[in-house]
Amino acid sequence: MVHGELWTLKELFVYPNEYIYWSVQIVMYPFMTGLVAGAFVLSSLYHVFGIKQLKDMARFALVFSFALLFAAPMPLLFHLMQPFRGMHVFMTPHFTSAIAAFGIVFSGYGAIVASELWFLYRKRFVEVSLPLKEKKDKTLLEWIKFVIFCTLTLGAYDISEESLKRDEKAIKILAGVGIPVACFLHGYAGFIFGSVKANALWMTPLMPVIFIMSAIVSGIALCLLTYIVTMEIRKFVAVRKRSRAAYRFQTREEIGGVEINVIRMTAKYLLFFLIFAISLELLDLIFRGYTAVKSWDVLRTIIYEKDFTNIFILQYTIGNLIPFILLLLPNLSIKRAVVGVALVLFGVFMMRWNVVIGGQAFSLSFAGYMHYHMPIIPHDWETFKEGLGGAVSIFVMPFVLFWIMDKIFPVFGSDKEKRATH
Amino acid sequence: MKNHVWRPLFAVIGMAAVVLVIRAFYVPKDFGVHERGYMYGWYRAGNIEDWKNVKVKYQGREYCKTCHSDKYESIEKTPHAIIQCENCHGPALGHPENPAKLAIDKSRGLCLRCHSYLPYPTSNRANIRGIDPDRHNAGIECVMCHNPHKPSPEGMK
Amino acid sequence: MINRREFLKNTVKGIACAALPLAAFEIIDPKKLFADKSGKPGVRWVFLIDTYKCVGCGFCVKACKNENEIPYDANVTRTWVERYVVTKDGQVFADSPKGARDGFATPKIDMGLGKYQEIKNEDIKKAYFVPKLCNQCENPPCVQVCPVGATYQAPDGVVLVDRKWCIGCGYCIMACPYGVRFFHPVYKTAEKCNFCYHRITKGMKPACVQACPFGARLIGNIKDPDDPVAKIIMTERVGILKEEYGTKPQVFYLGIDKEVR
Repeated sequence: MVHGELWTLKELFVYPNEYIYWSVQIVMYPFMTGLVAGAFVLSSLYHVFGIKQLKDMARFALVFSFALLFAAPMPLLFHLMQPFRGMHVFMTPHFTSAIAAFGIVFSGYGAIVASELWFLYRKRFVEVSLPLKEKKDKTLLEWIKFVIFCTLTLGAYDISEESLKRDEKAIKILAGVGIPVACFLHGYAGFIFGSVKANALWMTPLMPVIFIMSAIVSGIALCLLTYIVTMEIRKFVAVRKRSRAAYRFQTREEIGGVEINVIRMTAKYLLFFLIFAISLELLDLIFRGYTAVKSWDVLRTIIYEKDFTNIFILQYTIGNLIPFILLLLPNLSIKRAVVGVALVLFGVFMMRWNVVIGGQAFSLSFAGYMHYHMPIIPHDWETFKEGLGGAVSIFVMPFVLFWIMDKIFPVFGSDKEKRATH
Repeated sequence: MKNHVWRPLFAVIGMAAVVLVIRAFYVPKDFGVHERGYMYGWYRAGNIEDWKNVKVKYQGREYCKTCHSDKYESIEKTPHAIIQCENCHGPALGHPENPAKLAIDKSRGLCLRCHSYLPYPTSNRANIRGIDPDRHNAGIECVMCHNPHKPSPEGMK
Repeated sequence: MINRREFLKNTVKGIACAALPLAAFEIIDPKKLFADKSGKPGVRWVFLIDTYKCVGCGFCVKACKNENEIPYDANVTRTWVERYVVTKDGQVFADSPKGARDGFATPKIDMGLGKYQEIKNEDIKKAYFVPKLCNQCENPPCVQVCPVGATYQAPDGVVLVDRKWCIGCGYCIMACPYGVRFFHPVYKTAEKCNFCYHRITKGMKPACVQACPFGARLIGNIKDPDDPVAKIIMTERVGILKEEYGTKPQVFYLGIDKEVR
């Protein structure tokens, strides 16, 4: 079986070699990269612009961004026909290709996020590793912990007031540098599509900007969602423990109070970027219709007929309009926020879907169509990784990573506070 | 430890150095920029030789002629002279060493490639003598009656 | 202060320097390459297709698949033949079942999704066949987008794929406006027509050119002034496919029609 044949149905005149080669994994790829960029921008809002209300969220968003960072290249790797040659991108990069920029930009961005995290958690690394160093008979587990944290300190054990101040300054600079790099990281993901002149739907100089805007939207939405969910879990735990023990450092009400302020503030930023994203997308659509170049006939059929449900119902109505109203109405409650951001996330995912799959829904001949049928039940490795299973495992990955990272970079306050809730 | 702020940078530089060292060993020596510049000429030069070394399968009718000159000359007088021997007899690679390897295509479908009549006014196809495959002895191999080496009516079996 | 003499001198120098990079903007057209006689005669492979001569037998496709080891029953091919049927009411029907590997034995048009369209003989205004293959573009977008340098333009203009280096990302497949690229079902790397590079470099014709009984497919060297194919391209009215993409394709067509996609 030819790659792509399994999930492609051809209608009317399609060239013999045309299939939907870029399937759900390539939908996941800009989606995940967008989440990375968005989460980082959210965290920078606090560090650079000093928006105090976002302090809790900033720390959380940064760690989450780091977790997403590892998951972001996975769909690309999953999708390669020769995944073991993936490192060729680093070995012989061809920079006239947008994908080759990936290697450099992605690693550079990773370094920035990692450094920022290092400065943020350096104190903790030292605090954990020093007592372990002194301890005489360490268990194996403690040895492992000792080695990990010792390495993480990078040999810098100075946690005096002065040096911590320097850390803060470094964080600020890194967060500032990180914003353009995050935008560049995702902008180039848009460039990968926008620069393909052979594809009439993709080719527009607006593509990188549209991608950046929707990236920030999705990143904020996912941070909000995860934040609310983890807070709810903590609340749940706190209530249960409170009835059992005498800890009263943070009551349920106190936690709840912190939460809604943060959420309302963040939701405002989300709306702001959502307006930008939608305006640009509509501008693109209007422009295509007005100029009506050669490809418009086939694009119109795709946009207004074949993909109408995907674009106008699922993406614009359910994914943009409804959450827009939900988040805009005054007195935003947590429940409304959860529904709103979940729909926003879905809307951004549908936008990626409509770009990637929609761009391959018509033939290069402009006289035929291709229909994508995503493999749901896998019967071999290929149908797994290019199907629902692959997409879901990619989506779950950052949450697992986040859970692991939380052990090293505790997101919610210091250890003391943590113990209080346990 | 005054300058601890530079530590992450050193770590990054260290990692970049590791990548560069791996690269020096991993990338073939003939990989580089060639005639067409970086945009179109960034490749492993040895690959050109790889492609040149692909085995030739179709040898051409002159190759067949060296042994089968009788067939060659007889078919030369017919309208089928324009058709390469290997179009029906299969690629001659490994022949005559292994005669059984030649898979002769005697199927009806092979003849219909040209002789299924299509009334296409602006194409040469309409000028080829053809039949309607559904009406003209459907299901029977053409070679039962016709001799592809002598397609004229006198050649009928 | 600069005097007039020096000013003029500098101006002349400045213009000369500015004019130098302008040479880089010179358009590479067949004529230019044709006129290039400096040193030894170079090679730039070009293809010429006479659509008047093509009858849609598909022997080219059969030969190509065998010659280049593309699994015979896989629904991908390095070259293919398209059929165009224009009816009297202006409708255009086009198809290429299995890339015309078995030719066109039926007048029914393959409409995809298992449907076939019958067209009455008297309704046909014009109908013809168009063979397609890689255009070996002068500015190949597929090469431009390869992230690892696994596809490239050889010095003689043919675009090749390095099967040992290709990572299989599919970006080149997306970037080709002609849809000539695909993944090789066995090697799992990008695959395309290379004018039978192993044959043309040995002085042979590509398998499809040799297999064509009607001389509809020709290959030549545009840099050789005595090359018969180059002469036709220089003197006859030839067309190219999708010139709006700026790829400068090097497969030329005689008798091309506006309906050809």
